[in-house]
Amino acid sequence: MTAIIKRLEPARAMVSARDVAIGWSRDAVLVEHASFEVQRGEIFGILGRSACGKSTLLRALIGLEPVLAGEVAIEGRTEPRLVAGRPRFGVMFQQGALFGSMTVGENIALALERWTDLPRDAIRAIVRAKLHLVGLDGAADQAPATLSGGMRKRAAIARALALEPPLLFLDEPSSGLDPITSAELDRLIVTLAKDLGLTVVLVTHELGSIEAIVDRCALLDRPARRVIALGAPRALRDSADPRVNHFFHRVPEAA
Amino acid sequence: MAWHVEHRAGAIALAGELGIGDAPAIWRQLSSQAGRLAANERVAIDLTAATAVDGAIMALLVDLRASLAARGVPAEITGASARLRPIVELYGGDRPSVAVHPARRTGPIARLGSGLGGVATSVRRAIEFGGELVAGAAAVVRRPSLGGWRDLATLVARAGTDGILIVLVLDILVGFVMAFQSTRQLANYGANVYVADLVGIAMTRELAPLITAIIISGRSGAGYAAELGTMRVTEEIDALRTLGIAPVPYLVIPRVLALAIAAPILALLGDIAGVCGGLVVGAASLDVRPHAYLDELNRVLIASDVWTGLVKSAVFGVAIAVIGCQQGLSTRGAASGVGRSTTTTVVACLFAIVAIDTALTVLFRGISA
Repeated sequence: MTAIIKRLEPARAMVSARDVAIGWSRDAVLVEHASFEVQRGEIFGILGRSACGKSTLLRALIGLEPVLAGEVAIEGRTEPRLVAGRPRFGVMFQQGALFGSMTVGENIALALERWTDLPRDAIRAIVRAKLHLVGLDGAADQAPATLSGGMRKRAAIARALALEPPLLFLDEPSSGLDPITSAELDRLIVTLAKDLGLTVVLVTHELGSIEAIVDRCALLDRPARRVIALGAPRALRDSADPRVNHFFHRVPEAA
Repeated sequence: MAWHVEHRAGAIALAGELGIGDAPAIWRQLSSQAGRLAANERVAIDLTAATAVDGAIMALLVDLRASLAARGVPAEITGASARLRPIVELYGGDRPSVAVHPARRTGPIARLGSGLGGVATSVRRAIEFGGELVAGAAAVVRRPSLGGWRDLATLVARAGTDGILIVLVLDILVGFVMAFQSTRQLANYGANVYVADLVGIAMTRELAPLITAIIISGRSGAGYAAELGTMRVTEEIDALRTLGIAPVPYLVIPRVLALAIAAPILALLGDIAGVCGGLVVGAASLDVRPHAYLDELNRVLIASDVWTGLVKSAVFGVAIAVIGCQQGLSTRGAASGVGRSTTTTVVACLFAIVAIDTALTVLFRGISA
């Protein structure tokens, strides 16, 4: 019965930002009046040039940075998003942010140990399966420091997926990776999103990644401090707005 | 000289090969000649006779032009040959200059104000952290599973076992030096055996806890600041929060507990080491036989001498862990931020240890009186 009621519920946005302002303080606003919705099952990109506030916006969505104005809701629930409680989403940080004092396996097991009553061997089995999912079979006993950049990000995705969240935030998944590793990671993200029915919000400035995996995106602009475009990357490529057009066609700003 | 700078009517003319090697001399000449120009006197920075100009010189010329413009002397860079034109354009020498006004110096009162503002922020952060710590401790008491107990044994071992040797050596030496310094005075009064009183009481009440705390500040306090600071700048603390794990109960409480356990144990060992140092001097320089020394020690030393020292030591341990963790968690910036936190931790710990020592000494005297 509850399942039916759930199914009849109107589709609610997975993440919604309404008139959000972010920045270091009211005198140093990076982005204001940002409004967008991320639908269930979508891969949503937050795009923009370096230092335009993409990562800060992502951190504000998660609740790691204050929202100076406006409102952020995840699955319809507003703040606080990072209360002491079972997390409702997974996050991959730019450099992976694996805990250096633990093995890769312990990194993934941590949330399972905290939030479930699973016995040790069941947790080990889940850790093995998550590592297989991201293509890191056999890395459970390795120290994070021994992994390459790409492997670290894969391990971080496995850790973010430990508690089966419906929503995943990724901060610059392809930064610092060679084009092939970056493409592999892109493919992994698409596969995970499709097969697990995940909603993914990612920050990037890599045009290759954007066109390969992003369904819809918001483009931030530093001088304007606004979301200057919202839509599918294919549609934005041919935008009449020169700022949007230049971003997608790699045109440097006029000297 | 391969270059030449000359002031002619309405122009500063540069000639020859102008490069970074001669830049100091060129800059001096340019500055002195620019200083003689009156406001509203139009001037051309003339490169007609220049055969080569590098980036450093171009940067100086562009800066000279901007500072002249700020003084109301309109200047432009002229006469560049076809060979020089690309570098002139690259440095913006062909575009109208933007007047550069020297950065305004903040006065002493403004600096004092911003300094005081910084102090106020630090105090506020410390109070906030104190609140988080109390809330974290309460949460751990209610739900012990919130703490990162897996690391506790390692933390105690790292702070305690690994520090034993250095604490023992230092305390032996301090006991030794203290006894040695007092030999002449004690011998003058024939009070040789009282070396045991001196060393025993001073070590147990004061010196062993103090020296242990100083070692722990340098080893564990700075270590915690560096460890948590690094976790902070690599976003590991943020990652912890996104996994639904609060950093204070998970990282800070175990560290505070580890030092509260390790510090008194080390201090107790330090007591023994210091007394042994005194014993050696007693036997070697004061003709106090070891058993006489120990008898005297047994007579004079009361339990409260030892336990007040150990209580002090535990409080020092807590303070060091709290300061180290607070500094670590509030680290900003990259690797340099970690270095700053570490330094601040050691200084703050040493200050806190002496301040707490004073307060506790007065308090214990009040209790025993």
